[in-house]
Amino acid sequence: MLSFVAQRVVKGVVVLLAIVVLNFFLIRLAPGDPAVVMAGEAGASDQVFVQQLREKFGLDKPVPEQLFIYVKGIATLDLGFSFRQQAPVAKLIAERLPATLLLTLTAFAISLVLGIAFGTFAARFAGTFLDTGITIFALIFYAMPIFWVALMGILLFSVTVDWLPSFGYETVGANLTGFAHVVDVAKHLIMPAMTLGLFFMATYTRMTRASMLEVKRLDFVKTARAKGLSDAVIQRRHVLRNALLPVVTLAGVHAGTLIGGAVITETVFAWPGIGRLMYDALLQRDYNLLLGVFVTCSVMVLIFNLITDLVYRLVDPRIEFAA
Amino acid sequence: MLRSPSGVIGIIILLLAISVAVFGPLLFPNSPWRMVQRPFLPPFTLSTVPLGTDALGRDVFAGMIFGARVSLLVGLVSTLVALVVGVPIGAMAGYFGGKVDDALMRFTEFFQTIPSFALAIVLVAILQPSIYSIVASIAVVSWPPVARLVRGEVLSLRTREYVQAAVVTGQSNSWIILREILPNALSPVIVLASLMVATAILLESSLSFLGLGDPNLISWGYMVGAGRTVIRQAWWITVFPGVAILISVLGLNLIGEGLNDALNPRLSREGR
Repeated sequence: MLSFVAQRVVKGVVVLLAIVVLNFFLIRLAPGDPAVVMAGEAGASDQVFVQQLREKFGLDKPVPEQLFIYVKGIATLDLGFSFRQQAPVAKLIAERLPATLLLTLTAFAISLVLGIAFGTFAARFAGTFLDTGITIFALIFYAMPIFWVALMGILLFSVTVDWLPSFGYETVGANLTGFAHVVDVAKHLIMPAMTLGLFFMATYTRMTRASMLEVKRLDFVKTARAKGLSDAVIQRRHVLRNALLPVVTLAGVHAGTLIGGAVITETVFAWPGIGRLMYDALLQRDYNLLLGVFVTCSVMVLIFNLITDLVYRLVDPRIEFAA
Repeated sequence: MLRSPSGVIGIIILLLAISVAVFGPLLFPNSPWRMVQRPFLPPFTLSTVPLGTDALGRDVFAGMIFGARVSLLVGLVSTLVALVVGVPIGAMAGYFGGKVDDALMRFTEFFQTIPSFALAIVLVAILQPSIYSIVASIAVVSWPPVARLVRGEVLSLRTREYVQAAVVTGQSNSWIILREILPNALSPVIVLASLMVATAILLESSLSFLGLGDPNLISWGYMVGAGRTVIRQAWWITVFPGVAILISVLGLNLIGEGLNDALNPRLSREGR
């Protein structure tokens, strides 16, 4: 178990290093001489200042040395400086990270719970009206762009009936504390989390349904039935448990998509997370910040993948922890 | 394929979308960028502007017709580019095995780990938004599944007797891969490709929505993005282009499912 985790962490670090190197070259691809751009952003651009900036950021050094400095910087959590926001990139991201985690994890939980529930239901009543209904709904949600679902949600729940707030993390200026504050945040969270969750819910519904029907035919289910177990026990303990394996795999694969969806959702709902930060960086062509968020997203995906790998091994007893 | 109802619905939707993209602009030559009426004209009030106008008095219906071109084109071309990258990588990894396989698959896994939409945003932003950078970045984030799928197929096919026979007769590796193996690995690739076009359309619309679309081409995602700020006054600017995206993506997904049922009958879903 421990050696497995260690091995995965090492692998993750290697991937992360590769992403950082990719990032470094992406920055160099960005239009304009970084020193001139920085000077312009700082509000001064005479030759002396540009040269000072070059020296300060090591832009006058050979490329491999610059790469080394960059990697070293990231290893110490230094992601550079955002001149547009006048703050270190790492600090900006750290401020926004909790909101993104709250949003993505809630959306993930919603999608997984509802998806598995609907999928199990559809498989249980395969071929009936109920199954067809669920399948069609899943297909439609699967085809909707997240930004549009978000806007339709606002149109329905904020404009037509004034039930839910359409933007932000909490009511501005309300200064609520304690339980009232939690309720306020939860109210703001419902729509973004549902928006982000629905797309993935559709995927998990389809996957669970297909996988349940697949497992149902296997011999061990027949054996369980022959032993006289009740249908509910067979469904829950034998079919569902095995059918969930591909769903777990899929959840791991989706980590990146989930974060991509968070960028869109946070943009529409003005949710103060790193996705919104990425959008702001995009509008202002703040490449340092943009790539800082990108590295952070990659780290989040790596951690998420590690967790799903562990869960997979917990759910599937056939897989040993030995490397 | 024609026996599955979902496949037939999908084909009808796709044919409709393609004919709108090809013939629509010829039959309906109103430029989507030109002001034709007063701003915020509600839909279904004037027959010349059936779906109303946006915040600048531009025709929403014209935008939807011209937008079909961009969406379908980007979807198809970026999928083709992804296939051109992914198929050879997967084929080489599966065929040669060993170190080649290891190296190529680590490379593929690396691209699969990077959050795809975030990478697409970064790439388009850095290369500057244009139809080329959009196609390129969608292709960059969508080839890994192709490589993995093709690798798996090739792995199982290369031990078949007819492939062994080709090896014995002294055919070159490239001849064996191209003539003997790939044609037999085609059907799952076709299924995946049809689903990839759908995903590419969603990706393109999301990029355009964020303002990373080609500034010279109108697209559905751009229209929704432009209508976002005025959604309280004018719902139709965001609703209609979104419906267009939904229907096209749904059509392609249905085709993918129909193809899957037709080409891989073994895996076809039960309960139907």
